[in-house]
Amino acid sequence: MIHRAGSGHPGGALSLVEILAELYARRMRFDPEHPDWPDRDRLILSKGHGVPALYAALAWYGYFPKEELLTLRRTDGRLEGHPDRCRVPGIEASTGSLGQGLSIGIGHALSGRLDQRTYRTFVILGDGEIQEGQVWEAALFASAHRLDNLTAFIDCNGFQLDDAVEKILSIEPVAEKWESFGWAVREIDGHSLGEIEEAIRWADGVRGKPSVIVARTVKGKGVSFMEGNNDFHGRAPTDEEFEHAMKELGAHPEREAFL
Amino acid sequence: MTPEEKTNWTEREGRLERFPIGRATRDAYGEVLAALGADHPEIVVLDGDLAKSTKSAVFAERFPDRFFNAGIAEANMAGIASGLAACGKIPFISSFASFLICKTFDQLRLGVSYSKLPVKLVGSHGGITLGPDGVSQMSIEDIALAASLPGMTVVVPADEVSTGALVPQVYAHPGAVFLRTGRNKVPRIYDPGDTDFQLGKGRVLRKGGDVALVACGIMVAEAIYAAQVLEAEGVSCTVVDMHTVKPIDEELLVLVARECGAVVTAEEHQIYGGLGAIVSSVLGRNHPVPLEHVALRDTFAKSGEPEELKKLYGLTWREIVIAVERVLGRKRRELSEE
Repeated sequence: MIHRAGSGHPGGALSLVEILAELYARRMRFDPEHPDWPDRDRLILSKGHGVPALYAALAWYGYFPKEELLTLRRTDGRLEGHPDRCRVPGIEASTGSLGQGLSIGIGHALSGRLDQRTYRTFVILGDGEIQEGQVWEAALFASAHRLDNLTAFIDCNGFQLDDAVEKILSIEPVAEKWESFGWAVREIDGHSLGEIEEAIRWADGVRGKPSVIVARTVKGKGVSFMEGNNDFHGRAPTDEEFEHAMKELGAHPEREAFL
Repeated sequence: MTPEEKTNWTEREGRLERFPIGRATRDAYGEVLAALGADHPEIVVLDGDLAKSTKSAVFAERFPDRFFNAGIAEANMAGIASGLAACGKIPFISSFASFLICKTFDQLRLGVSYSKLPVKLVGSHGGITLGPDGVSQMSIEDIALAASLPGMTVVVPADEVSTGALVPQVYAHPGAVFLRTGRNKVPRIYDPGDTDFQLGKGRVLRKGGDVALVACGIMVAEAIYAAQVLEAEGVSCTVVDMHTVKPIDEELLVLVARECGAVVTAEEHQIYGGLGAIVSSVLGRNHPVPLEHVALRDTFAKSGEPEELKKLYGLTWREIVIAVERVLGRKRRELSEE
């Protein structure tokens, strides 16, 4: 997808693949035929630049044809470079300006509570993203209003555009910060399906406060030369790199992997 | 001595038939919103710790379950409103106009405007006439910023009656709306019970042939005062209450420009990007005529009493009269050149 588009953010998309896979395959209630079904569980990708991974999940479950994935970032396509709720079914929120998704998730969670619906709202944030002040405004609000129907994932892949998060503006200790803001916190390996599944089950059981799952991840996970290599934060692989990556992932590059 | 200095302003002032002072537009907003709440369970109201000032507190008292005080965290409040609207709610969010637009601009851009969601923004303490609190609380850029967002409707009503009539239309409008209200009691231009207001349509208050005065907010009353003075001196004015600044009533604008051949705009806002700039764009594209703007001339105001500030920063009927004299001079010159 990103290779074909010629631009995009492979690193931050690959770090959240397992989280998305677990949520869509095993936890979330949704109906691709009725994307607006009021009782659906919500997934808001606050770190909007990771959207290729979300597009893959949505296409897999039939929100739109898989072939359309190859139209990413094209003028004649609807798969925008960052999520657009008006164009793409299954996209809950238009994001990409970092820091906004948790607040939007709170809106969904509040609405669910007002209407006595039982859906859960999941929001995926990046670790660099939580440098944004709005995230902490939202963190205060969600705990003050005891939104236990809201669960955040922090995809802690350790990098942001310019460098390591630790070097630019450290967010550690992450878990303690969220705890002190009144959230129930769990820290996991964000690439272990088992740990993700267990953490989601734990979050479903938290009462009286919102929950956050701090997922320790590897940027560019799954492709040896992308893993932990921040050069792939915001650039597409070359033809050669693409072939190499597809081989490593056990896919045929000429078939664009999943088609 | 310029002709302006020779003018006897005291004599002119004596000719004014002032309107009775009514309530503040924010009071009318609070009352009508609470009334709407009874019939529309999908209305949810948020405020950024200024509910007593913006008057969303009236709704809060009647419907505490549908009111959320977001605290001093406006960006989060705007994001929450986006999520609520995506779930079918009609959120009204309030703060002072400056905080409501400036502190949330990115959230409004992506989560409301680009997301095409019907979030209703109601900013009180619009303009400079909130007075003594000074520049940090004033808002002279809100119209420009809000109007720059695709699909955003911008409403600046003149008095309590028009505000009361427009709030239900703001609710019913399918898109996002920014409604600017004011802190102070202002002249009541319309008779109580008057409901002849339509979102997106200007209202003609006087018909004249020499110049059209197009105003919004507190400057509508000043425009009428200016027309009263000018009328007695043989200049007949059309006065338009352009409560909906965007989308502006282009048809009416072109019509009055054609009929009068000269236009003066008046607004309690920075001269760049507000009513005057929008009128100028419409007339420039459709029917250029001599045009003058009464507005803040690329400056902030300062602390002070509202009426004194209006004089200090040129937002009274006097500046409108001067602008009319200037615009009529140009009109005459252009006619004699033809």
